[in-house]
Amino acid sequence: MADGQVMKRAKYKSSVKDPGVPGVLKMTRERFVFMPNDPNSSRKLNVEFRTIKGHKFTKEGSSRQALLNLTQEHGGNYILEFDSFADRDICREFVAAAIAFHGETGKATSEKPAAPLQGEQLSTAEMEHRIKLLQEDNELQMLHKQFVIGGILTEAEFWATRKKLLDQNDRRMPKQHVALKNEMWSVKPLSDGQSNRVTFNLTPEIILQIFAEKPAVRQAYLKCVPIKMSEKEFWTKYSRAEYLHSTKNVVAAAAEAAEDEELAIFLKQDDMLANEARRKIRRVDPTLDMEADVGDDYLHLLDHGLLREESKDVLDSQYEPYRRYFSQDLNQHAAVVLQGRVVDVELGDTRSVAEALARTKQAELANEASEGNSEIDLSHRISRIAEMDDLQGPRDPAVAHLCIKDPGDYFDSQQANALKALGDTGSGVKTLKCNVSPLEAYGSLRELVSEIRVRGLSEPITNPEVAFTVLSGLTQNISSTKYHLGKNPHESVLDSLPKVTREDLLHHWTSIQELLKHFWSSYPITTKYLYTKVTRLKDALSQVYPKLQEIKESVQSDFRHQVSLLVHPMLQALDAAFAHYDADVQKRSAKNGERTNGFV
Amino acid sequence: MYLHQVPTNFFDIFPDDVSLLMVLIDTNPFFWNSINTSLSFSKFISNVLAFLNSILLLNQLNQVVVIATGYNSCDYIFDSSALQNHNQKGESLLQKLEEFVDKDESLCRDDSVDGPGFSLLSGSLSMALCYIQKVFRSGPLHPRPRILCLHGSPDGPGQYVAIMNAIFSAQRSMVPIDSCIIGAQHSAFLQQASYITSGIYLKPQLLDGLFQYLTTVFATDLHSRSFLQLPKPVGVDFRAACFCHKNTIDMGYICSVCLSIFCKHHKKCSTCGSVFGQAQTQDSSTPDRKRKTSVDN
Repeated sequence: MADGQVMKRAKYKSSVKDPGVPGVLKMTRERFVFMPNDPNSSRKLNVEFRTIKGHKFTKEGSSRQALLNLTQEHGGNYILEFDSFADRDICREFVAAAIAFHGETGKATSEKPAAPLQGEQLSTAEMEHRIKLLQEDNELQMLHKQFVIGGILTEAEFWATRKKLLDQNDRRMPKQHVALKNEMWSVKPLSDGQSNRVTFNLTPEIILQIFAEKPAVRQAYLKCVPIKMSEKEFWTKYSRAEYLHSTKNVVAAAAEAAEDEELAIFLKQDDMLANEARRKIRRVDPTLDMEADVGDDYLHLLDHGLLREESKDVLDSQYEPYRRYFSQDLNQHAAVVLQGRVVDVELGDTRSVAEALARTKQAELANEASEGNSEIDLSHRISRIAEMDDLQGPRDPAVAHLCIKDPGDYFDSQQANALKALGDTGSGVKTLKCNVSPLEAYGSLRELVSEIRVRGLSEPITNPEVAFTVLSGLTQNISSTKYHLGKNPHESVLDSLPKVTREDLLHHWTSIQELLKHFWSSYPITTKYLYTKVTRLKDALSQVYPKLQEIKESVQSDFRHQVSLLVHPMLQALDAAFAHYDADVQKRSAKNGERTNGFV
Repeated sequence: MYLHQVPTNFFDIFPDDVSLLMVLIDTNPFFWNSINTSLSFSKFISNVLAFLNSILLLNQLNQVVVIATGYNSCDYIFDSSALQNHNQKGESLLQKLEEFVDKDESLCRDDSVDGPGFSLLSGSLSMALCYIQKVFRSGPLHPRPRILCLHGSPDGPGQYVAIMNAIFSAQRSMVPIDSCIIGAQHSAFLQQASYITSGIYLKPQLLDGLFQYLTTVFATDLHSRSFLQLPKPVGVDFRAACFCHKNTIDMGYICSVCLSIFCKHHKKCSTCGSVFGQAQTQDSSTPDRKRKTSVDN
């Protein structure tokens, strides 16, 4: 059996409020054991996983406890508290695997589906993984039960075709990166209504964002901390600057900036950003319409029509550097968020984050500089693009004379074919091949018309039996299901079948596919193992065959046609498999007939 | 002057079941002469008369117009809205029919005709559509028109283009074309007409009970058709026929200039004279097969 086990420090509680008895929890596949630290305590646990039916756990959160609640069938439960959520999660997964394992093998204890064949060693993680997959996918579980526990396929064979599933899970985690938050003003001051204090909460995440968006701040940080001031002072100053900005009082901001040098850096517009923007603009493709983008330039100070109250104020030029423009902030923020996480450093240490970001920026600069001859490149592109293809004048295409035959010939022929294809039965109307003069024809017509005039309408206009036959024929025709197919795009034939039939059909499809997959992959037969496998599969397939016939007969006549259409490809596939098997067996027996030593 | 309005919203104006029914009856004498069934022309006309009466009974605002499709000409032979004396509808129709037959005979220039001949379906369709257009322009309130073709003669291939034009015009004006085939063979043109205009195509199995077919299927007005199930043909044969052998084919070669269809590779298009490129093997890229080099012919 598997020898995986988990050992963690935990507290055993009888209820959520209970402080809990500290101790050590040891879990193996079969059972879990809890030994309290205090040897005199009587709160020991030794519970088999067989009795555990479910588990519950608390969500992650800084103020919550990391609890795991193992519930038993008869209502008892064991609450365990862990030191950290990570510990709890490990135990939780182990417990889940154990519970699932015991749930599955409840019946077939002798046949251990997890037991590896042919010396294949499976790790606990593998086993748990498989069990988790089986739990998640009902269909998979059903197939597994049918074939592996039914003895038709072995465990290894079953999973051999599903390698992708097994691998996928492991790699699921690292593929997605956590992106930067899209909130812009993440530095929200909490103002205490009573006193005049304003509190800023800066988490490492926010700090990273600030450094990414405002390179001047980052540069100032690298310069000042820890030489000129401590980190706390730095952030206090920064928060003050933010606060001043939020009050939108530009004059006050200018006043404060004049006094404090560092504050001035925060309050002024970011020169580094301006340089960056200028550089980027120079790299833009010359065919791009710059007029439309002119507003993004730092040199041009319009607000893209965004409504701001103080746009009407005409302030002195000395206050200009202290104004913040919403559109510029927004653009910069958007650019940073879309760029994603450029650095992958532990967020705890602010300084390292700042340095990492600075390094990235430097690398970028170096790259750009190395793409030297940008000037030449630019002029090349301009000259190339100036001549655009669709602005060229039209070139007269070469003309050929058309000669078209009379279309009547074609449609004449088509009509004959169309009618042949329709398979007209004639329906009792026969055409006499006769050669008639117009005189005769018109004459007879005239006679008939006068006949009606004389006679009038007959009574009854039509024979009642005939009318009834017609009506019932029409009704039957209309109500036949073939007219309802394909009308509603959301409806499929499967939905209109009775539920049992539908389930059966789908089940048979998947199981036949699984069996055939293994069947065909075993050919050509080279080893005895493959031979026995093929025989096994063939027996299973021949069992399915009559079941399909049964399904066809069990539906009412209305649906019989559709069902047989659905079943037909399955039968064809089975027939092909059987034919191949028989041919192979014949070949082998023919070959064996030649050999005298009875070698298989 | 009116602007032609595509009547998209007269359904809202006239949501109930008033209908204007244009009946096109096939009066090709060679066709009626050549069939040997229980349905003689007189029986046919009496069934149709009874059917017209029942249409007029369904709703007092219903209108019926009958157009005769002859061998050489077509004409209106009955208009229910133009009648003064309501008791003499049948009489007046038959009278007009006789006059029409005479006129048609006088226009006939052939000495003898083999088989059933072709009737002028395109002419009568066009006349019906013109009448319908007149009705559309008569004011905001008008009944919903539809066309019923009682046709038996085989399709005349020379009329194909005209019939297709009429069909597309009917499709655009949203006038369904119903077809009731009383002849021996299916009519590909009318199948397509009913398919494109969302009308009903029916070839009755028992021609004795023609009246029953007419009243069950073709008397339904357009409003009711939205909730009634009516018979539909199993399929419309849209398959093409190749130009060289006149066989119906599913896959073939097409000239990229005139779209004529061939079942085998040809060096030159027989319809427009374009020269095709070299035939490549099956494995190479397919567009080469249909490439042509333009040549002055």
